[in-house]
Amino acid sequence: MSKILAIIASFLLFAGFAEPDANLILDRVDKNMSSKNRIFNSEMIIQSRRSTRTLTMLSYTQGSNQSYTEYLSPAREKGTKMLKKSNQLWIYMPSEDRIIQITGQMLRQSVMGSDLSYEDLMEDRKLKDMYNARVAGNDTVGSRNTYVLVLTARVEDVAYQTQKIWVDMERSVPLKQEMFAKSGQILKRTLLSEVTQIQGKWFPMRILYKDMLKEGIGTEFRFTSIKFDQEIPEYIFSKAALKQ
Amino acid sequence: MIRFLIKGILRDSSRSLLPIIVVSIGVFLTVFLSGFLRGIFGDITELNARFTTGHVKVVTKAYADNESQFPNELALTGVDILSGNLKKEFPSMEWVERIHTGGLLDVPDESGETRDQGQAVATAIDLLSPGSHEAERMNIPKSIVRGNIPSKSGEALVSDDFATRFKVPVGGKVTLFGTTMNGSMMIKTFIVSGTLKFGNTLLDRGALIMDLGDAKQALDMDDSAGEILGYFNSGTYDDIMAQQVQKSFNEKYTKAGDDLAPYMERLTEQEGLGDYIKLAEGAGSIMVFIFVIAMSVVLWNTGLLGGLRRYREYGVRLALGEEKKHIYITSLYEAVLIGVIGSFIGTGIGLGLSLYLQWHGIDISSLFRNIGMMLPSVYRSKVTSDLFYIGFIPGVLATVLGSSLAGFAIYKRETARLFHELEV
Repeated sequence: MSKILAIIASFLLFAGFAEPDANLILDRVDKNMSSKNRIFNSEMIIQSRRSTRTLTMLSYTQGSNQSYTEYLSPAREKGTKMLKKSNQLWIYMPSEDRIIQITGQMLRQSVMGSDLSYEDLMEDRKLKDMYNARVAGNDTVGSRNTYVLVLTARVEDVAYQTQKIWVDMERSVPLKQEMFAKSGQILKRTLLSEVTQIQGKWFPMRILYKDMLKEGIGTEFRFTSIKFDQEIPEYIFSKAALKQ
Repeated sequence: MIRFLIKGILRDSSRSLLPIIVVSIGVFLTVFLSGFLRGIFGDITELNARFTTGHVKVVTKAYADNESQFPNELALTGVDILSGNLKKEFPSMEWVERIHTGGLLDVPDESGETRDQGQAVATAIDLLSPGSHEAERMNIPKSIVRGNIPSKSGEALVSDDFATRFKVPVGGKVTLFGTTMNGSMMIKTFIVSGTLKFGNTLLDRGALIMDLGDAKQALDMDDSAGEILGYFNSGTYDDIMAQQVQKSFNEKYTKAGDDLAPYMERLTEQEGLGDYIKLAEGAGSIMVFIFVIAMSVVLWNTGLLGGLRRYREYGVRLALGEEKKHIYITSLYEAVLIGVIGSFIGTGIGLGLSLYLQWHGIDISSLFRNIGMMLPSVYRSKVTSDLFYIGFIPGVLATVLGSSLAGFAIYKRETARLFHELEV
């Protein structure tokens, strides 16, 4: 009996020191960060060399394939709308009454002078669907203990070949991300904060994006309100809705 | 003695004709190639000045550091006052504002949705102000393939390559999609007033030329401009004058540590054009050097052949008691005269052809259809004052050098054997 207890005890001890399962961590992250759909109001604070602009937006997203954003302010951007369906992106500008499809190299350009690219805006797939993960160690971000995961792309059509993410051990939310190109060059860094529990999900309400190839202090993206799993009419995700 | 030697040269063509022909050809090539190379480098520099660099350019330091990306967020501000000041302070120059931007050029279908699109580089110049020379400066009237230069706001020219590829008719619409100076989205629709082809891939690939006023309105650059270019009223770049203008401007307007303050750079400080100009200036020296070496070798050989041919003459002169040194020196005088005569003939022919090519030029655009460099399609010579004397340097130097080397044979003649050699 004592032998059995010793074996169980040593197994438990070994299990305690074993590396946590990276895929399990990613699963938990995806459960928090993804949802069937969501409706949110947000603001984007863009700091340039000469000025600071605040844009406010209303967005609808459905799964990882469809999203619709309408810019509410400032006046220069009011009424501008963006529609994403699968890997296609259209922009409508009321002053010219034109719907333009954004393709190719343009997708890598900055959105409204921010540190986000159109490609960043379009990417809404679950991390587990795009990357293989391994745990690289533990670290702290602020006062929070985190797992450090290294993600390597396992599909072709991703914006970043590798990512390093710091996941809050307790709440399974990324608190920091670094995105790299194939060459290993760091392209972006994000800091996620103000983690709040909404409808049972832990969710970061504030994200600071920093394009590492640009000067400046970065772009702040803040969710002012967010609702998960709502009823969203299908017409919202149509090109006809852009001109309404 | 000179008159005697000239008579000898003119009357005995067997000893002077070949050296004069050789010198004439060498001097002709020196003069012509110096002028032609100078013309080519000058044309390349001037083309770049008209399209991109100006004779001087005012930008912000931050803009200059990232110029290839058209960073309009770092553009000059307060340009109405700045332009006014430039016109007042440097009246010997014409000052023009320009804006460049990149983005997507979108062709709509009947319902206003994207039919086709491609990458575009848009250049805004002053097309509509009365008295503006910008269209002529950029050779737009001669580059129009279909349609006309924009006559009102909202019209633009697109490259003929783009218009043909995407079937855009004159009178059709294209929309430029990009980013404003403040980072906002910029969508501006233009009516295509015409299509143009500069004959240069770099300029023709997705180019859009619009009026400055339209660009300022679309890009939120009301009192801003990417760059202000200055051109000497003489039309020719003068580096000493440019340095004076630059020094005076930068002392007044550029502030240390503020990379958004106006900053002036000269043509020679941009895009490696300084090297081009140095190369152009050095072209004459390079030609002279090459031909002095090449012609010396040829004339040395000619002198040796002449020496052999004049073997008997030298022998008789020595036998008559003429000193070897005197024969050697007269052969050098002869060489100088031959060099001068050949240089006159070569310079005359070289200058004549250079003048012809300065007026008419050679159109070789068909050879450079698919190259990316900004090169002119017509190449011209440039006749400058130094071409009138530059050929005399290799012409005289090479004949003297050739004769002095060949003339050493005179000293090897032994007087004791002269009568035997002369079969007297």
